[in-house]
Amino acid sequence: MKPPRFEYRAPSDVEEVVGILTEVGDEGKVLAGGQSLVPSMNFRLARPGLLVDINGVKALDYIQRSGDRILIGTLTRHSCLENAAAVPGPLGRLLATAAHHVGHMPIRVRGTFGGSVAHADPAAEWCMVSVLLDAEIIAVGSRGRRTIPAEDFFRTVFTTALEPYELLSEVILPVLPDSARFGFVEFSRRAGDFAIVASSVVIDVGSNGIINPRVALAGVGGTPVRARSAEAVLAGSAPSAELFRAAADAAAGDVEPMGDIHGSSEYRRHLVRVLTRRALERAASEA
Amino acid sequence: MTLIGQSVRRLEDRPLLTGEGRYAGDINLPGQLHMRLVRSPVAHGRILDVDILEAVDLEGVVAVWTGADVSAIPPIDFRQEGLTDLYPYRQPILAQDVVRYVGEPVAVVFANDPYTAEDAAEAVFVDVDDLPLTLDATAAPGSFDGTHSTEAAVVRTTYGSVDESFTAADKIVSVEVTVGRHTGVPMETRGALATVEPSGSLVMYGAAKVPHYNRKAIAAMLGIDTDKVILREGHVGGGFGVRGELYPEDVLVCLAALRLRRSVKWIEDRKEHLVATNHSRDQHHRISAAVDPDGFITAIRDEFWVDQGAYIRTHAATVPNLTMAMLPGPYLFPSYETTGHIRLTNKTPAGTYRAPGRYEATFARERLLDAVAHELGESPIETRRRNFIPKDQMPFSRPIRALGTVIEYDSGDYAGILDRLLEHVDHDALAAELAHRRRGGEAVGLGIAFFVEKSGLGPYEGARIQVDTEGAVRVVTGAASVGQGVETTIAQICGDGLGIPHDRIAVVHGQTDAIDHGLGAFASRVTVMTGTATYLATQELEKKAKAVATHVLEVAPEDLRLVEGRVEVAGAPDRALTLGEIAARLEPLSASGMGLEPELAAESWFTTDHMTYPYGVHAAVVSVDKETGGVVIERFVVAYDVGRAVNPMLVEGQIVGGAAQGLGGALLEEFVYSQDGQPLATSFMDYLLPTATEMVAIDVLLLEDAPSPLNPLGVKGAGEGGTTAFGAAIAAAVDDALQKPRAIFRLPITPERLRQIIHGDYPEEGAAPCK
Ligand SMILES: Cc1cc2nc3c(=O)[nH]c(=O)nc-3n(C[C@H](O)[C@H](O)[C@H](O)COP(=O)(O)OP(=O)(O)OC[C@H]3O[C@@H](n4cnc5c(N)ncnc54)[C@H](O)[C@@H]3O)c2cc1C
Repeated sequence: MKPPRFEYRAPSDVEEVVGILTEVGDEGKVLAGGQSLVPSMNFRLARPGLLVDINGVKALDYIQRSGDRILIGTLTRHSCLENAAAVPGPLGRLLATAAHHVGHMPIRVRGTFGGSVAHADPAAEWCMVSVLLDAEIIAVGSRGRRTIPAEDFFRTVFTTALEPYELLSEVILPVLPDSARFGFVEFSRRAGDFAIVASSVVIDVGSNGIINPRVALAGVGGTPVRARSAEAVLAGSAPSAELFRAAADAAAGDVEPMGDIHGSSEYRRHLVRVLTRRALERAASEA
Repeated sequence: MTLIGQSVRRLEDRPLLTGEGRYAGDINLPGQLHMRLVRSPVAHGRILDVDILEAVDLEGVVAVWTGADVSAIPPIDFRQEGLTDLYPYRQPILAQDVVRYVGEPVAVVFANDPYTAEDAAEAVFVDVDDLPLTLDATAAPGSFDGTHSTEAAVVRTTYGSVDESFTAADKIVSVEVTVGRHTGVPMETRGALATVEPSGSLVMYGAAKVPHYNRKAIAAMLGIDTDKVILREGHVGGGFGVRGELYPEDVLVCLAALRLRRSVKWIEDRKEHLVATNHSRDQHHRISAAVDPDGFITAIRDEFWVDQGAYIRTHAATVPNLTMAMLPGPYLFPSYETTGHIRLTNKTPAGTYRAPGRYEATFARERLLDAVAHELGESPIETRRRNFIPKDQMPFSRPIRALGTVIEYDSGDYAGILDRLLEHVDHDALAAELAHRRRGGEAVGLGIAFFVEKSGLGPYEGARIQVDTEGAVRVVTGAASVGQGVETTIAQICGDGLGIPHDRIAVVHGQTDAIDHGLGAFASRVTVMTGTATYLATQELEKKAKAVATHVLEVAPEDLRLVEGRVEVAGAPDRALTLGEIAARLEPLSASGMGLEPELAAESWFTTDHMTYPYGVHAAVVSVDKETGGVVIERFVVAYDVGRAVNPMLVEGQIVGGAAQGLGGALLEEFVYSQDGQPLATSFMDYLLPTATEMVAIDVLLLEDAPSPLNPLGVKGAGEGGTTAFGAAIAAAVDDALQKPRAIFRLPITPERLRQIIHGDYPEEGAAPCK
């Protein structure tokens, strides 16, 4: 569990990072919190010839509000978001709940939001939240900046729309209205493990029933998944136990999970049903 | 007696907490080489070629060996319970012609640094022609090597009249149960550093558990004199049965130090550890009880299969033999028969792990007793009470042997400890509360499982106590420490005998050049064996000290007392000599003047041909999430009688740590293999050890009601009882939570399996009575 030989550079601004990435192409890899990259190097699953350490690029570490959007700098550590006050309103509470499910404290102190999104583990909380909220992911390359919608960003396991020469610089999330409520439920064998399945929902209940329902799932395939048929079941209906059950059933139909030693495809689909119902119940009962 | 029974702080803690621990990885020698194994990528196949050309050419690589380079070295022999039938299944230090499991050493690289060594190991290409796999130890046996069967041996134990009892039985109750493959995973992986000293002695650091035995074994394998081999134990970050046995890597570092004339270091990484270090458990039992009209169990018949993995390592038949010997546990069982199939498969070889054979046998037996209770329509507690060996039948002997001893329970009050436990948990109130919660829709339940442990394996251990002229005391023993607090415990016993504080006593262990004989640290033996030897040596030392004081103070020995490290005149405590002063009088010239041997020292050996048998009960309260299959342990109680606790805090620590490992095997840990024999749990992402979050606070009820009559201290071993019945208790609690008898028949209870059980679509054969 010793990595193969690699070079190491530690630039101090974004331009320099992008310059190096462009210059070295496939050989280069960004080093953010290192909580996924370093273990994969030690297992010799990742073999970058050059590590571009962005921890010294202070300009990438921020949480900002811009109108009705929240901009999260790629270097924002998981632990910063555990504080619900870091982001206003229900979004702050949602992010804090999700953050708390990411690994263990030492991992949260070091690991980064952007690193998790770039890594694209299909069970990762931030990837699911990005899909849940239709995040915009900002990639910076030598030819400038582009915005990638979350649903187009995640391609399959550990694979994204990012080019090797691009830096993920920021993730943009919409501020949620104060009336929005969320539910976030995970099932894992041990606290701190990647979820076997996670389900997250956001609903807003108006006089005409549920508006803008969002349901997203993790651990159910190559990427996080939006459960569109579950959302269709919820939209415009009044919250009720039966409705939530029907939506959860629909969510189970929206996925084609892959099995591994912690859960077969069939079991994961079952968990989608259970956890989505629970997430909805939690959202409905959120104060 | 002042120190025995006190929860004094551990002497070991200071160096460990101040960063001064010396684990295998902390030891370095100038110019050392780093060793790296090339391991088989496939589970079974004939080696066509091992291409080392590219590896040899890498800068910094000093040597690369394949099987051919070590073909003259014999396979690793058995340390314990070796049967001649098992010889063909021993493991060579590097595969010769055939590989039998993923992770088997095929070649070995020596390089100037560990990074280069790993690069070179990766550059070795192993070409293997696949052979058919054996992954199921219960299927019909096949061929191991063209000559020998994959069923290496069938072992049997029987007494009484089993057939008659089953014929006459009023009821026959059967269960079929499995304990999955898991093992001890010490925080410190294995490691070794070998060097040849200027004197010509081969020294290996990183020894643990059984340094004296391993010294002899290494010398024999390498064809050198035993006295030219020295093993040194440093701090050890956990043993649990797996660490310290002789493995191919230990022999390879020693051989390399001799051949290459350089110091050679190897530190196992975690990924290797999970495929290279002994696995354990992995047993399948079909077990039946013959029950008479009074509900008394007249006979047990059991058949079991042990998945031994690809080779038979140092423990040989230890685990199956202990399984057979300890399966009857605390019950009378007038007739008993068991047959064990030792089966080779294409998985990592297996050996002992904390409570070896007992975790498995206890699960099988206690699941059976729960099934009998269900059949009789009574509480599982009643069934147990009816079948317990009564206190007045102690010592209780069964015509069974294990580890060279006859099974004879030395002391015990089984019904008594059950009462103590039931009272402790306020059983009736607890049961009522759980029933109330179940009526409210929760799936909560209580499970109780009984066990008898064994400890204090002989046949001998020694202690030499030496006091210097400053009064500082040193105890040297051939026993070993795997981190369980040996230094503190032995210092307490010595200090108690000499009336001096335990922190003035240094305990030396695990050094083959400090004492010629020592059997080591396993089978919960050190406190019983070394502890008793130390106690006896304090008595010898006291005699010698008094002999000196008799000369100096001119008082008869009967009128002298050893009090607080001074020999004083009874009734006139001012007339006294400290032990340091006595040691000063024992310099060679004045000693001979008194007609005594020089030095204030004494050595005693304790020998025994019987083990001691601690016993206890585990009680679990669990709640089950019926939708996900998740299990939460709400409460866990361990009642354990260790005869006498030298240091109750350390005993409690042993119980809690052991319980965490029992929990792992019950709910989390499992070495899963794919259909092509690839291990799927090769990192801590997939091999799930319990963490602080999963661990429940263990409520320890430590009892000293049945001291052992077999040693003067009355002690029994305390290392394993936290583990033994954990799986059985959790299984019973889950059954109760679901109100579904016989629901659990397999460990670990994973959420997916449990959910299948709850929904009645378990794909495998269930816990239904077997034919
Ligand atoms: C024991 C353990 C448990 C964990 N449990 C969880 C869990 O429950 N949930 C969870 O979500 N995660 C979990 N993780 C992973 C953790 O959250 C990581 O921090 C995260 O996945 C990666 O973020 P990082 O900053 O550490 O990235 P790194 O490890 O540094 O990088 C990961 C990958 O992303 C790339 N990358 C990083 N930043 C950028 C960027 N700005 N632009 C382009 N590419 C980039 C890297 O090149 C690399 O390929 C766990 C990790 C461990 C060790």
